[in-house]
Amino acid sequence: MATRAIRSTVKTRQRQLGKASQGMISFLLIGPAVVYLFVWMLVPLAMTIYYSFRNYNLIRPTFTGWAGIANYANVLADPDFLSAFINTLVLVVASLILTILFGLFFAVLYNNEHVFGRNILRTFAASPFFIMPVVTGLIWSNLMMNPSFGLLAALWRGLGLVPIDFLAQFPMPSLVGIVTWQWTPFAMLVLLASLSGVPEDLKEAAGLDGAGAWKTFRHIVLPQLGRPLYAVVMLESIFFLVIFGQIYVTTSGGPGTATTNLPYYIYLQAFSAYNIGAASAGAIFAVILANIVAIFLVRMIYSNIQEEA
Amino acid sequence: MNKMSWPGKIGVNLLAWLVSILMFFPIFWLILSSFKTNALAAAREPAFIFSPTMASYVNALVNSNYWHYALNSVYTAVGSTLLCVVLGVPAAYSMAFRRSKRTDFTLLWMLSTKMLPAVGVLVPIYIVYKNLHLLDSALGLTLIYTAMNLPIVVWLLYTYFKDVPGEILEAAEIDGASLVDNIVRIVTPLALPGIISTGLLAIVLAWNEAFWAINITNVHGATLSVFVSGFKSARGQFWANMSAASTLSVLPILVAGWFTQRQLVRGLTFGAVK
Amino acid sequence: MAVVELSNVGKRYPGAESLAVEDFNLTSEDGEFVVLVGPSGCGKTTTMRMIAGLEEHTEGAIKIGGRDVTGVAPKDRDIAMVFQSYALYPHMTVRDNMAFSLKLKKYAKSDIKKRVDDAAAVLGIEPLLDRKPRALSGGQRQRVALGRAIVRQPQVFLMDEPLSNLDAKLRVDMRAEIVKLHRKLGVTTFYVTHDQTEAMTMGQRIAVMKDGLVQQIDSPNTLYQHPANLFVAGFIGTPSMNFLTAEVSDNGQALSGPDFQLATDGPRRSVLADHGQTQVWAGIRPEHLHLSDSESADNRMQGQVEVVEPLGAMTMIQVLIGDTRVTAQIKPHQMVAMGDTVTLGCPSDKLYLFDKDSEMTLHGIDIGQSDAH
Ligand SMILES: Nc1ncnc2c1ncn2[C@@H]1O[C@H](COP(=O)(O)OP(=O)(O)O)[C@@H](O)[C@H]1O
Ligand SMILES: [Mg+2]
Repeated sequence: MATRAIRSTVKTRQRQLGKASQGMISFLLIGPAVVYLFVWMLVPLAMTIYYSFRNYNLIRPTFTGWAGIANYANVLADPDFLSAFINTLVLVVASLILTILFGLFFAVLYNNEHVFGRNILRTFAASPFFIMPVVTGLIWSNLMMNPSFGLLAALWRGLGLVPIDFLAQFPMPSLVGIVTWQWTPFAMLVLLASLSGVPEDLKEAAGLDGAGAWKTFRHIVLPQLGRPLYAVVMLESIFFLVIFGQIYVTTSGGPGTATTNLPYYIYLQAFSAYNIGAASAGAIFAVILANIVAIFLVRMIYSNIQEEA
Repeated sequence: MNKMSWPGKIGVNLLAWLVSILMFFPIFWLILSSFKTNALAAAREPAFIFSPTMASYVNALVNSNYWHYALNSVYTAVGSTLLCVVLGVPAAYSMAFRRSKRTDFTLLWMLSTKMLPAVGVLVPIYIVYKNLHLLDSALGLTLIYTAMNLPIVVWLLYTYFKDVPGEILEAAEIDGASLVDNIVRIVTPLALPGIISTGLLAIVLAWNEAFWAINITNVHGATLSVFVSGFKSARGQFWANMSAASTLSVLPILVAGWFTQRQLVRGLTFGAVK
Repeated sequence: MAVVELSNVGKRYPGAESLAVEDFNLTSEDGEFVVLVGPSGCGKTTTMRMIAGLEEHTEGAIKIGGRDVTGVAPKDRDIAMVFQSYALYPHMTVRDNMAFSLKLKKYAKSDIKKRVDDAAAVLGIEPLLDRKPRALSGGQRQRVALGRAIVRQPQVFLMDEPLSNLDAKLRVDMRAEIVKLHRKLGVTTFYVTHDQTEAMTMGQRIAVMKDGLVQQIDSPNTLYQHPANLFVAGFIGTPSMNFLTAEVSDNGQALSGPDFQLATDGPRRSVLADHGQTQVWAGIRPEHLHLSDSESADNRMQGQVEVVEPLGAMTMIQVLIGDTRVTAQIKPHQMVAMGDTVTLGCPSDKLYLFDKDSEMTLHGIDIGQSDAH
């Protein structure tokens, strides 16, 4: 009995040692990536929070010390911030609706086996997504939407209409249009991947049961797209919250503040007004906004990982 | 779905072709404009048929600083991608083959950093970079792009590694393979197609990035995003030049993008869509 | 070559309530071919993985060649394993697959080449050496997997259901080939299968497992003739042994139940008398049953034929005795049709007896079955 007990404690210790070194190896493998992200993401985020409570202006070196919630109060009292907040929501929601409607439509279209050359067609339709946001902005603001020399102006003239200065007269809708052009392919590709996962025999069975094309889509295909659609909504929300390049080259946030979203507002605070404190407070609002969506997204990803494991 | 009337088939085809043409048309128009003269590119009557000129390409490739920016783009995109792979392969290996209770949490945490808006960390990084003299440097941009793409790279590699049967690694372990042997001689070659397409996606994303490029670089470390955005006030002027510079900046990556459509969906959805 | 010694070996997976393998005791002989057999989930793979070192044993001790291998990495245990999925390296040629372990051990190039060529010759896979696994058939992959194991010239071979991915015909061929290989190389081999025929034809000694517990470790013949309990009796032999709940009457002179009455012989009578219980399990192998026309009152079973399966060399019938389906192997010329009422007979000395509750055999070692049919 005694020897047995001794032996088992010795072995337990060995195993624990083993576990510790196993843990060490795991850390050596994952550690660098984790530490890297920690240093580049969480540390700066903490600094942003810190700055948001500080008096800090790059061109007023004497303006220092704790600001309390003054930065937040100032930002909230700033009509430009409020409009940036609203613009962000408008841009996100409108682009979301349009990209998903078009994306779903395109996906169904390219999923149809009767479409000749559908893979190539899909690839061409997906192209806008791979264009630099900056170039996207240039194409649309100049080649397409310029009120004098743009293609749309020529089209309008050809129809006997007065050309529209899209970015001046309808800045936000124009921006939404540009974002929609760039991001519809994303929704399309995701939904297409899910659509091609709908088993063909399921659709055939529905067809045999007398369901027409629309009914098959409505009752067989669409229910299968519930989760992907939900995922696209959240993913695009997060990506649309940080749209910058397209605004930078098209409207520069204008006219006035008509197309200034949160990232652009923060950019202006930091690099035009040099107000680090206010920019940081604004940034925290953007982070909070993103987190509201991210919570749902992470939960969904987690349940998918669990299901697979 | 299988039975479709003739008019239906024709209608669906027409629609599909129309959609593709409309979506691609702005890109086509950009490329077309790049072969015009500056005057013709901004003509009030759009020209579809004309005698093409390479003048704008010559201008971009010879007379301007195009190469400086292009080299920075290559440097930052490839550099950050290599860093991502070097950091990501061991991490993904560990997550796929040495699972523990913490694995899922770590993975989710990494993915969630991708959901943090860049503006949330812009100001501190700008200030730290200023102090470290990393502002307007390709190195500084490379380091940020690494952080930006690392979650996606780890995630994608993880999904590819998980497809490698565990028994193969065990066979290697019995054959005497060390951890490093396992990563370098078994998993990496087996998942090489996945690693390459992951790298390609990371290059595409870094290449197209605008927010950081515009905010923390200016000339010295600036990429093509910055170079091209210099045309933003070209109201009717230099449109051919602008188009040529833009075409040069997007065409290679567009082609790469065509080949990464699948990875793109897999990578940017973080497993939220199966 | 080495002796593998398992003493009180057990495994508890993290978070699991019960042990996946419990109190496993087995000492192989040097060069022995040991088979672990049992239904799926009984712990065979777990046992093999513990010997290989892929899984840590949480109880007891494992010795290979006299050395306690607790905490010793798989590569340092001097074992080779053949996996059910073969686990060949898909990106390497057959030659590189076989050479991988030798390369890692930094053998000289010429040595490696010689060993790989020798192993390839033994297995007849020389023409395949430059192919990738993708370009091989299932049987060829199987050979390569064996080849990868034998080039290492290990102390012990571990094979976990290596044939279960092959079709039936190939499986029978490879069975013989592995036995031949073992005889030629003389390396101690642990072989896992869930197929009792495979176990019986290959093993020098067979460990029958159930729910993580070893039921019996013996030679194929002993397992067949002296099963230690109801489970082993039912698991070994095809078709399975028939089991009937029987009332003991006349102090062990007779066993009876609905529709049957069985006389006992001398040894069984005394066993039953000693046992003293009123109910036991009576076991009869299908091959020991025959059609009997004599209505001898003290040894008969009567029932309706439910299934007739002519197999050519013999015919299997299933007869409902009481509410138990009894399988009997009869001669092919004996014409029986479904629905017929038949009487089955059985030699008294072919009866197996098991305790009703513990299901352990009632036979002492020396009174078992006669070998003659
Ligand atoms: N990695 C594991 N973690 C937890 N339980 C396991 C693991 N592997 C096997 N088991 C459990 O251990 C038992 C024995 O499994 P195994 O050894 O694979 O059986 P066999 O090879 O005989 O089919 C089963 O109940 C199985 O569910
Ligand atoms: Mg098994």
